[in-house]
This record gives sequence, structure tokens and C-alpha cells, in this order.
Amino acid sequence: MIPVAKEVGSLRAIASGGIVSPTGNPELSPDKEKEFRRDLILRALQSLQEEVCE
Amino acid sequence: MDEKIRAVHYLNQFFAQIGGEDKGGVAPGVKEGPVGPGRALQQAFGGDGEVVATVFCGDNYFAEHQEKAVEELLEHMARFKPHLLIAGPAFESGRYGVACGAISRAAQERLRIHAVAGMDKDNAGSALYRKSVYIMDSSKSVLHMLPILSRMAALGLKLVRGAPVGKPEAEGYIPRGIKRNEFAAKPPAERAVDMLLAKIQGAPFKSEIPAPQFQHIKPAGAIRALSSAVIALVTDGGLVPEGNPERMEPGRPTRFAVIPIEGVDRLDAKEFDVVHSGYDTALANQDPHRLVPLDVMRQLERDGVIGKVHEFIHTTGGAHAAVENATHIGAGIAGRLKSAGVDGVILTST
Repeated sequence: MIPVAKEVGSLRAIASGGIVSPTGNPELSPDKEKEFRRDLILRALQSLQEEVCE
Repeated sequence: MDEKIRAVHYLNQFFAQIGGEDKGGVAPGVKEGPVGPGRALQQAFGGDGEVVATVFCGDNYFAEHQEKAVEELLEHMARFKPHLLIAGPAFESGRYGVACGAISRAAQERLRIHAVAGMDKDNAGSALYRKSVYIMDSSKSVLHMLPILSRMAALGLKLVRGAPVGKPEAEGYIPRGIKRNEFAAKPPAERAVDMLLAKIQGAPFKSEIPAPQFQHIKPAGAIRALSSAVIALVTDGGLVPEGNPERMEPGRPTRFAVIPIEGVDRLDAKEFDVVHSGYDTALANQDPHRLVPLDVMRQLERDGVIGKVHEFIHTTGGAHAAVENATHIGAGIAGRLKSAGVDGVILTST
């Protein structure tokens, strides 16, 4: 969905775990899945701390 | 209608020759006959119509007391029993443009008369009123006053006489978002091939469906101190409390819902549902954190990585959202988050 996000003007976008589970990955064990999610969110928070230009 | 059409002209304090910006606070008033640009309007009507009165109001007065201003202006207008209101043109003056749109719509709804406003297509009044009022695109330049007034007069005469109104590009008004069926000379396949051939040859061609225009958005600045920042969770993936008590639409959304999460550590699958007609919600229903990462956000809050998770999750269903509705929903959510002092948002999208 990154191209769609860009098309509509989102400037900070992180590729997610997929359309049906953006912050999850059902193929992982629950613990690993949570780690995956934490990693994704940390990257999103990182992007919130960066200046972006148009 | 054989009799002469009676028109009232709305102007701001400047064009009504009351004064400049210093007279912006002037209350609504009325003068008989045309004033200032109204004389050109009278000429444009020729023998078909008469500018019977000019109503005016200071731009600041209108902006600050809109309801009262509309009431007073309608009262002034009603005394002249007009068939038509011509408002402006306001060019790129925002307060004046909004006033022209508002008084035109009020005249249509309350006095049951026709109205034509005029302003630049980028004027704030255009976005607000173009769907309910015919707004002639005046461009930004006052130099176009005469041709614009004559187009406004022509459209006004058509409306009052019940004559057919042409397309926006033919009449010069700002598109109102209305679709009408019409017969085309060629079937769609031929038109598509014609368009393609023109494109290949580098000849001009025009799409029959304009692509949606997305507003340009200024990016928010970087968060400087994440460890004291308030971060909100938003999703367009359709998270709702179990049973969807607010009856949020699973598709073609028109609104958003709010889920309080103060003191909530995790999203229990038994307490939440995911309603969304655009994707298979089974995985998110099994574990809502696959859609809204509250568990991890609480962890990061405890670890001091972020200051605080905002106390509400804002949620909507994003399937087949019309751009206009989505814009409205987004602005509503953003307004709430901004006034709550939220510093950043993680929006999970499906």
C-alpha cells in the first residue's frame, strides 16, 4: 500500500506486515510476532523523529 | 417570464464604495439601484433585467456575525421582491467569497430565488458553496470584472427563465459535482481508441472522468523528544468494540468511532470486532494487535521510549471511501488529536 499512501500525500510510510495484518505476522509464534510488531513500531517512531520534505 | 427580471446585487464594503479595510466592520445595508460594479451588471442585463437594489456588508462584520448578517441582508433583499441575486464577484478575497456563497445559498433556500455568485476557483468560499450555488469562476484578477459580470448576468437570466444551463466549461461556473446522462455520438470503445490514438500522436485529448485531486499536505515537523511525546493510534481497518454498538459502516465510511483505552493494557479479542468489507478480517479478529499495536505501545510507554499513548483509539473503515468523505473523516480525527495535544500518530492501514 506504500504507493497508495504516497499518492494521497502521506509522507511517512512504513511497509507493514501485510494487508490483512498490518502490525502482525501470523506465521510467527506469538512471542516472535510481538517482537516483529515492536520492531515495526520502533521504525514508525523513528520516522516520526525525522524531518521529511515534500 | 415576459416582465423584466428584478435582480439584487451583493457587494462588500469596498465594492459598495463605503470604504476599504478600515470599514470592514460595517453592518449590512442597502442602496436602491446599482452601485459600483453594479452599473456594469445593469449594462450586461440590457433590457432583460434591472438591478433594483444593492445590498452590502463589511467583510469582517459578515465573518464575525454570519447568521445575523444573513438575516439582515435577507430582510433588506426581500423588500425588493427580487427574482435573482448576483453576489460579487469576490475574486480571491476569502472573507468576501465566503460571504457571497453564504448569502447566495440563504437566498435560494429562504427567499426561494435564484442566485449566482462569483469568485476565484481557489477562494475558500468556492470549496464551501460550489455544490449548492452556481459560482462563476472570476479568476483572481479584478481586470476581468466586466466579462465575469456579463457571464453572471447571462447565467442568472437563464436560471430565472428556467432555460437549460450548460456544462461548467461552457458557462464558466465552477463544477458543482453533478453528473448528468447524455448521449454520445460514439460508443465508449471507439471513444477510448480515439483517445489512445490521440495520445500516441501527441495530440490533445481529454479524459471523460477527471482523476481525483489530492490536496497537497505540508508534512508535520519531526518529534524532538520522543520520551515525552504523546502518540495516538488511528486505524482505517475497522476496529470496533464487540458487537459494533455504534454501527460503524464496514465500507463506504462516512464517520469515525472512538475507543477509550485509558488503563487498558491490551486489546482482548473477545471485546473487539473488526468490521471492514475490503479485506479478510479473520487474522485481525483473532488478535486485534495485528491491526492496532496497543500491546507494544504500552510496552514502549513503560520502557520510557515514548511519553504516553493517547487515551483514545480513533477508527474508521477504509473500504471504498470516497475521497471527500475520507478527507472529512481525516480532518475530524486530526482536529481531535491536535486539540488533545497529541504529538504523533501511528495510523495502521489495511
